[in-house]
Amino acid sequence: MIPEIGHFALLLALVVACVQGSLPMLGAAWNRPSWMAVGQPAALAQMFCVLVSFLALTQAYVVSDFTVLNVVENSHSAKPMLYKVTGVWGNHEGSLLLWVLILTVFGAAVAAFGANLPPTLKARVLSVQAWISIGFLSFCIFTSNPFERVFPPPPDGSDLNPLLQDPGLAFHPPMLYLGYVGFSIAFSFAVAALIEGRVDAAWARWVRPWTLAAWSFLTAGIALGSWWAYYELGWGGWWFWDPVENVSFMPWLLGTALLHSAVVVEKRDALKVWTILLAILTFSLSLLGTFIVRSGLLTSVHAFAVDPERGLYVLALLAIAIGGSLTLFAWRAPALKAGGLFAPISREGGLVLNNLLLATATATVLIGTLYPLFLEALSGERVSVGPPFFNLTFGPLMVPLVALMAVGPLLSWKRADLAGVLGRLKFAFLGSVIVTGAVWAFSYGGPVLAPLAMGLGAWLLLGTLSEWADRVKLFRAPLSESLSRARGLPRAAYGMSLAHAGLAICIFGIVGSTAWKVEEVLVMRPGDSVTVAGYDYRFEGVQGQEGPNYQANRARFMVTRDGQAVAVLEPEKRFYPVTDMPTTEAAIHTTGFADLYAVIGDPAPVSAEDGAKGRGWTVRIYYEPLVSWIWFGSLVMMLGGFLSLSDRRLRVGAPRRRVKAPALAQPAE
Amino acid sequence: MWTRRLLFILPLAIFLIAGAFFLWGLDPERDPSAIPSALIDRPAPEFALSPIEGTEGPGLSTADLASEGVTLVNFFASWCLPCRAEHPLLVRLSQEDGVRIVGINYKDKPEEARKWLEELGDPYARIGADQDGRAAIEWGVTGVPETFIVDAQGRIRYRHIGPIHPNQLENEIQPRLQALRQ
Repeated sequence: MIPEIGHFALLLALVVACVQGSLPMLGAAWNRPSWMAVGQPAALAQMFCVLVSFLALTQAYVVSDFTVLNVVENSHSAKPMLYKVTGVWGNHEGSLLLWVLILTVFGAAVAAFGANLPPTLKARVLSVQAWISIGFLSFCIFTSNPFERVFPPPPDGSDLNPLLQDPGLAFHPPMLYLGYVGFSIAFSFAVAALIEGRVDAAWARWVRPWTLAAWSFLTAGIALGSWWAYYELGWGGWWFWDPVENVSFMPWLLGTALLHSAVVVEKRDALKVWTILLAILTFSLSLLGTFIVRSGLLTSVHAFAVDPERGLYVLALLAIAIGGSLTLFAWRAPALKAGGLFAPISREGGLVLNNLLLATATATVLIGTLYPLFLEALSGERVSVGPPFFNLTFGPLMVPLVALMAVGPLLSWKRADLAGVLGRLKFAFLGSVIVTGAVWAFSYGGPVLAPLAMGLGAWLLLGTLSEWADRVKLFRAPLSESLSRARGLPRAAYGMSLAHAGLAICIFGIVGSTAWKVEEVLVMRPGDSVTVAGYDYRFEGVQGQEGPNYQANRARFMVTRDGQAVAVLEPEKRFYPVTDMPTTEAAIHTTGFADLYAVIGDPAPVSAEDGAKGRGWTVRIYYEPLVSWIWFGSLVMMLGGFLSLSDRRLRVGAPRRRVKAPALAQPAE
Repeated sequence: MWTRRLLFILPLAIFLIAGAFFLWGLDPERDPSAIPSALIDRPAPEFALSPIEGTEGPGLSTADLASEGVTLVNFFASWCLPCRAEHPLLVRLSQEDGVRIVGINYKDKPEEARKWLEELGDPYARIGADQDGRAAIEWGVTGVPETFIVDAQGRIRYRHIGPIHPNQLENEIQPRLQALRQ
């Protein structure tokens, strides 16, 4: 019964979406306020229907209703409750439903919080949003119905892919979708603006909070995914330039560019056409991600729902959404009026450079990701593009970007005094030189570029701090004045500083874990010891364990340093009989400055030594300096995004704060 | 003016070209993850293995494969958990369907291999003990378990990587065995 209600609610949502996609749009064209007014209740009703549908599917998972095919294929009665719930989106159909749910939640949020949007713009935005809903709801209903029944019901399900039975991955898809789908709002605003033929500062002010929210969620989603790869895949790596990682990273890069270019539209009425294009492309890349993951177009660790027919359906959606919006862009964008002028050395100039670098980086990742497909189509040759390509092309693009990030926020609008700005960064420069020298001295004999990269990170961190200190006149005015200035700074300014500082922390983590990682692969027998990066690991042996839905071999290592106990590491190798899949559970101990990481592999081949000590096991031990800073930095970046989002200026409908007597410096974001 | 127009059409053009490639890529015949095996339709590699120490079995060599019709060659080890999972399927296949299965015991301790066969049943007509893993290298095995179908002429016709799932047994392996027997 309940699955049927879910199915019916989904169909109802499609009907509502059709109404929402047509009436308000026509109403805006023919100036009929009553038609335009349909958008708001329709968006709310649509969200309600999809929510009912989603809850119905969740219920089927929670009670393990094995009359529903989707539950049979992806759940098992012995699975822990957490993974029963997260299993809802651990498969193609359920994750698509989650995708649609988030889409409608964002649509409903625009309807509910967009009270001060001009009625025609609001009507058009909601209609465009409904078009996207129609595409994905019909995809869900006609090709991937999650409520399909099965008769006779089997006694038990075939279980969720064990790699997905993990807390990090349980919340990775919702976060990622909140990001992906959040960019749909920017897309709808862009398309609505093209139809309307008008882009102004107010438009940018409405678009920015949505972009910021999507960006913050996407940051969290990507960080969770990479954290999962780090501790679950057991290779001690946290980013593999896998196609599916790349397709989540591209919207993030371009979304970052959009975030910055929208500021220019808002403050200076310039870069309008470019910003519209970015809004379209950012969401297009999100759609491309959905397409690549669900079509089996490229090989990837996320090979889920590899079904060419579904792929064809998503490709058709892609053609309509991306092709349609880009056609609209080609037709309407040339008519948009260009805005304010600015000198090359100015805040705008800095943001243009930021956009160019980010767009180039996105293009690089896109080419690297799709190149194997292009080459195979043209020559039949099979290649895979791996980290060496991306490190060689993407890395060098990031260097000027990061160097510029410290300078940009200090530049003034229209025309800036570069010499003066650099003068204000002299302490940051001095600090980063010291960091470079210190790191070089400590890591003498290590990778040559690493100290420079650490110095670059320090430059960004110190530059961001100097900008803040500059604004509150730290050490230049009495402390009380600085404090009151610090209180008076808009939250958006703190958000920017936090996000930039977060990236600096990330850079330390990336450089540290890449340059000074120590890796040891060996065969150990119970009682053996090995020293990795100053820590002694004593292997105590392996014991069989029985989990709720798996069997495991659990190893035990006593880690000591100079005789002092540091940690006990217990990595596992699990085998899930229902899905026939082994998983690796790494054991990680973090000291804050480094991670001690141990993985147990297969038993080693028999050898003559076995008799005395017992069977040998393949063991991998990693020492990963600063690696946890990557995720800490991502967290700081995300918090920066949300802090900025809570700024009064962006809170729609919030009363404007009275301007204080000494006008503060121009808030920067 | 025209160049400005063209600039605005550029994003659309790029997308259309990429879209054409995507359409090509969706061809259902195309499997991007398929690793073509060099051994398919070639004679099985030369090898000669002694039996597991302490058993009465005859051991296994290349000549034994083609002697009695279509044969399933299964690489296994007692330390391998997925092998344990697929083992009941093999036992059933040999007892109920009369399929001839030979085993290659990969890098295993004789006493543990013996214990495993006693405990779980022995579906194998012959077993060779590949203590040093040389035979596995000849066969291009990437890990255990791995299973090959060898026809009556001693040629490799199919390769299955990883444990055999009941679905795969039904859809991939049994149809091939039947086709080859006729």
